Amino acid sequence: MNKLPKAISLGIRRGGLEMRQFARQRESVVFTLLFPVILLIIFGSVFKDTIAPGVTFSQYFVAGMIASGLVNTGFQALAITIPLEREFGALKRLRGTPMPASSYFIGKAILVSVSTVIQIFMLLGFGFLFFGVQIPTEPSKWITFAWLVLIGSACSTALGIAFSIVPKSGRGASAVVSPIVIILQFFSGVFLVFTQLPFWMQQLAAIFPLKWLTQGIRSVFLPDSFAEQEVAQSWESEKTFIILVVWLLVGIYFSVRKFKWDRD
Amino acid sequence: MNAIDVTGLKKSYGQLEAVRGIDLAIASGEIFALLGPNGAGKTTTVEILEGFRTRDSGKVAVLGFDPSGGGLASRQWRNRIGIVLQSTSDAGDLTVIETIKHFHGYYSNPRGVDEVINSVGLDEKANSLIRKLSGGQRRRLDVALGIIGNPELLFLDEPTTGFDPQARRSFWSLIRQLRQSGTTILLTTHYLDEAEALADRVGVINNGQIVEISTPTDLGGRASAKAVVSWRDGDEIKSEATANPTAVINRLNSQFNGEIPELTVIRPSLEDIYLKMIGAEHE
Repeated sequence: MNKLPKAISLGIRRGGLEMRQFARQRESVVFTLLFPVILLIIFGSVFKDTIAPGVTFSQYFVAGMIASGLVNTGFQALAITIPLEREFGALKRLRGTPMPASSYFIGKAILVSVSTVIQIFMLLGFGFLFFGVQIPTEPSKWITFAWLVLIGSACSTALGIAFSIVPKSGRGASAVVSPIVIILQFFSGVFLVFTQLPFWMQQLAAIFPLKWLTQGIRSVFLPDSFAEQEVAQSWESEKTFIILVVWLLVGIYFSVRKFKWDRD
Repeated sequence: MNAIDVTGLKKSYGQLEAVRGIDLAIASGEIFALLGPNGAGKTTTVEILEGFRTRDSGKVAVLGFDPSGGGLASRQWRNRIGIVLQSTSDAGDLTVIETIKHFHGYYSNPRGVDEVINSVGLDEKANSLIRKLSGGQRRRLDVALGIIGNPELLFLDEPTTGFDPQARRSFWSLIRQLRQSGTTILLTTHYLDEAEALADRVGVINNGQIVEISTPTDLGGRASAKAVVSWRDGDEIKSEATANPTAVINRLNSQFNGEIPELTVIRPSLEDIYLKMIGAEHE
C-alpha cells in the first residue's frame, strides 16, 4: 500500500482550496478585504486634523486598521465561517476522511495569511496614494512590523478557530462574533485615539490582544516621539510580545482540545 | 474475518438509553441493511462504528480496528473506509471535479477521479458548481466522495432520500457494482424496497436493541407467512389468508370452472413484516 500523504502537504492543498472558495464568494471578498479600505476612505475623509505634531489622524487610523484587519481576516472570518461549515456537515465529512485535523488548521492559516497580506497592501497603498500616509523607511521598523503581523495573525487565527465552538448555530455566528469585534475596535483605539478613551475602557481593552497589536503597529507607523503620548509613555514592545504569545497559546489550546467537528 | 464485529454495545445520553446491548457481525463483502424507526438507536450505533461517537461499553471492531482509537492508526483506518453521511450541504463554491480531485488527495490508494465521476453518473456535471446541482445530483456527489478512497467498507446513511425512481435504480446498480468489487456495505434506509433490492441481510433495530437479523426474504417468518388470496364472488369481495395459496386457487378454479374474477394473491411485503415487528415492540 502507498503511504498516506503528509499532513503539511495536505494542509497546503487545503489552503489552495480555501482560497479558491473564498475568491468565489463575492460577499466575503468585499466584506473581509475591502471593508477596512472603505473605512479608511470614510474616516480619512472626515477627520483631516493632526493629533500630534507630524501625525495625521489618517496615519494613526491606518495603524489601527492594519491591526484590526488582522482580527477581521483571522478571528472574525474564521469564527463566522467555521460554524457554518459545521452546520452544513462539511466538517463532519472531513472528519470521516483520513485528512488529519492539523491539515485543516494549516489550510485556514494559509487563507488568513494570504488575505491579511492583501489587506495590508491595500490599506498602505490607499493610505499612501490618497491620504498622505507615510511609509517608514528604517529596516528596524519593518522588522517590528514583520513579527507583529506574524504573531498577530497566528494569534487571530488560533483564537478564531477556538472561538468557533461558541456560536450555537452557523447562521447566528455573525451576530455573536461581529459585535465583539466592533466593541473591541472601539475600546482598543482603532476608531478613536486610545489616550482619549475613559480609563476603565483602556483597562478593559488591555486584557485583549487587539489593544496591544494596535499599539505595536502604531510604533511602526508613527514617529518614535509619539511614544510619550501613549498611556505608558512607551511602545511597550516586550509586554506586547508576551501578551500576544499568551493569547496565541490560549487559542492553540482550545483549538486543539475543544474543536467540534459535528453539530451536537 | 468479519468487516464489523460488535458485542454488547451500549450508549446512553443522560437518562436515555439509546443503545442497550447490541451484537452485530457483518461479513466481508456483504451488504447489510440496518432498519429501524427514528430514535431506535440506529444512528447512534452507526456513528459509533464510524468513529464519530464514543460508546459506554461493549466491544467494537471495524476492519479489526477500534473506531474510538486515535493517532496514525486511526488515519490508516479511515483510509480504508468510506462514509456517506445523511445530509451534507457544502457552501458549494467548488465544482464537482475540483471537490472530488481534492478528496482524492486524502487517500493512499484512491480510485480514479474520472472513473468515480462516471460511476455516479455526474460526467455532464463535472464542471458545474456544487450549488448549481439538484438534490439528487448532490447526493451522488456525496456518494462519489464516499467511494473515492476505494474503501473496503462503505457506510451509506439514507443514500437515496430525495431521488426520483430512475435515479434510485441507477444508484442501486452502482451499489451492486461496488459489491462485485468486494466492498462491504452497511446501509441504513427508510425504504424497505431498497433494503430488499440490495441487502444480503437486514437487521431490525428498535428501542436500542436488535429485534432480528435475517435475509430480506426470511425476516419475521416472511417466507412461511400466510398469503392473502382474494377474489370476487357475485357482489362480494372475498379473501382468505392461507399458507397454501395454490390449493385455494385450485379449489376456486373448479368452483368458478375457469377464470376466477379479480383474483389476487398477496404475500406480505418486507414493509408489512417490518411494521409488524416494530409495532409489536412498541406495545
